[in-house]
Amino acid sequence: MTEAGAPIAEPGAGIGYQGPLRRLGTRLAAGRTVPILTVLAAIVVLWYAAAIGMNFATETAKLDRAAAPYTLADTIAATWGSERPILPAPHQIVVELYTSTVLVRPSSPRSLLFHAWVTLSSTLLGFVLGTLLGVALAIGILHSRTLDKSLMPWIITSQTIPILAIAPMIIVVLNAVGVQGLLPKAFISTYLSFFPVTVGMVKGLRSPDRMLIDLMHTYSASRSQTLVKLRWPASMPFLFTSMKVGVAAALVGAIVGELPTGAVAGLGARLLAGSYYGQTIQIWSALFAAAFMAGILVWLVGLAETASLKRMGAKR
Amino acid sequence: MSVISAENLDLVFQTDDGPVQALSAIDLDIEKGEFVSLIGPSGCGKTTLLRVIADLETPTGGTITVNGMTPGEAREKRAYGYVFQASALFPWRTIAANIALPLEVMGIDRAERERRIEDNLALVDLSGFGNRFPWQLSGGMQQRASIARALAVQPDMLLMDEPFGALDEIVRDHLNEELLKLWAKTGKTVVFVTHSIPEAVFLSTRIVVMSPRPGRIHEIVNCDLGPDRPLDIRDTPEFLAIAHRVRDGLRAGHGYD
Repeated sequence: MTEAGAPIAEPGAGIGYQGPLRRLGTRLAAGRTVPILTVLAAIVVLWYAAAIGMNFATETAKLDRAAAPYTLADTIAATWGSERPILPAPHQIVVELYTSTVLVRPSSPRSLLFHAWVTLSSTLLGFVLGTLLGVALAIGILHSRTLDKSLMPWIITSQTIPILAIAPMIIVVLNAVGVQGLLPKAFISTYLSFFPVTVGMVKGLRSPDRMLIDLMHTYSASRSQTLVKLRWPASMPFLFTSMKVGVAAALVGAIVGELPTGAVAGLGARLLAGSYYGQTIQIWSALFAAAFMAGILVWLVGLAETASLKRMGAKR
Repeated sequence: MSVISAENLDLVFQTDDGPVQALSAIDLDIEKGEFVSLIGPSGCGKTTLLRVIADLETPTGGTITVNGMTPGEAREKRAYGYVFQASALFPWRTIAANIALPLEVMGIDRAERERRIEDNLALVDLSGFGNRFPWQLSGGMQQRASIARALAVQPDMLLMDEPFGALDEIVRDHLNEELLKLWAKTGKTVVFVTHSIPEAVFLSTRIVVMSPRPGRIHEIVNCDLGPDRPLDIRDTPEFLAIAHRVRDGLRAGHGYD
């Protein structure tokens, strides 16, 4: 067997400083960290500028009412430090995130962690149900022409209905039959997250090459054997990709499920309460909490993907 | 005793451009232990005929029996191992697990699976590569692994569809020699599709020359070079005479003139 020979040494080895700092610098430059941080810095700068513009009129009016002399610098400082700004400055959101997570007991309704957990639990339950439903539907569609023809148009139609319109209906109907608490919210997450999984898995389960299907046929493999040994493993990359979309959709579903019902807990409730009382800083920090959570969830699915594809012998 | 017997076999594909006669009036008997090559230009139905034997296509006319049964029954009894043009290894399974695949489908227990994996890896000279993934092996090794997989079900018959068509000539020569040894050792019946004249003459006991539009058997050439065939047999007058006959047959059947 001929293996491509490994290079004798890395290019540039033995030239100049090769310490850990240099290597870190090289890795940062080669990786995605520097581009991402650059974009982040640009956003922060634009945001501070926008905060001045958006809050300028209200803050000027306030300072005028105070009838004391003030400079432009005072006004700018005020636009970045207002209690109920139209657009809060980034540091105000950071402070609010810090105080509502670190300085408050996680069990308190004033803690963002408490609300995040309420939303997360229904997100996860809905996501798991949605993934199971999505996979089940995909397997059904794969094996039955009738289901393929009858179900697929309805599945697509289901996603054209605005979720904001149907969410209250789901909660009201389920409430009438005695289902309350976590489940109705989770069902809205399920409603949103099953769709990408179904579409992705139908594609994934159909992805094996004709030759591999023929091969299983020459073994007289049953449909379930072909499903388990060929179609299912072949569809794994599709499953994880659609789960990434699904988990983010599930989070949106959980938040939307908290909006129309006057729920008292959850990130959605926090958003709603914030808008009732003009607590823009609270709204923005809840938004960021939701974004962080989505990021972490997608990242976790990505970790599971890497681990499972590695176990399946993927190159590198 | 014939293991494959086709009589007046017809196969018409219904396509969007109308019916296509893929096989027409095929009469063919293959005896146990023979090495029969199907050769011809593309569109002559050689692969289709192999697929009919394997029950991957259903003929539209005539009769065919495999081991005295219909191809479907023979397939269910695992009468044959099929080797495709590409290795068709599952990328997420190691070589050993790929060889285990048909055995798992058949419900063979683990100890027996392990034994057959070892035996067949040794047979194709791949001992020690069982825990590699397909992408870690060269094209020739992958194709050998797929032959080991076909042999693991212990079929009487090997159906091979241009198994070395995608490999370079040096690897191909080597694998041809290996295949001949394997055939001599196991005494299996082999039906081998190819479009290479030297390959067909080197390997076969009989060569079925086919011609296209409609796909039919033009001529069957006996290839009695004896069981012992070193690579340089290809320079002998006997070999060249048979190769010449096959070439003439292909030219006559082609109908371009």
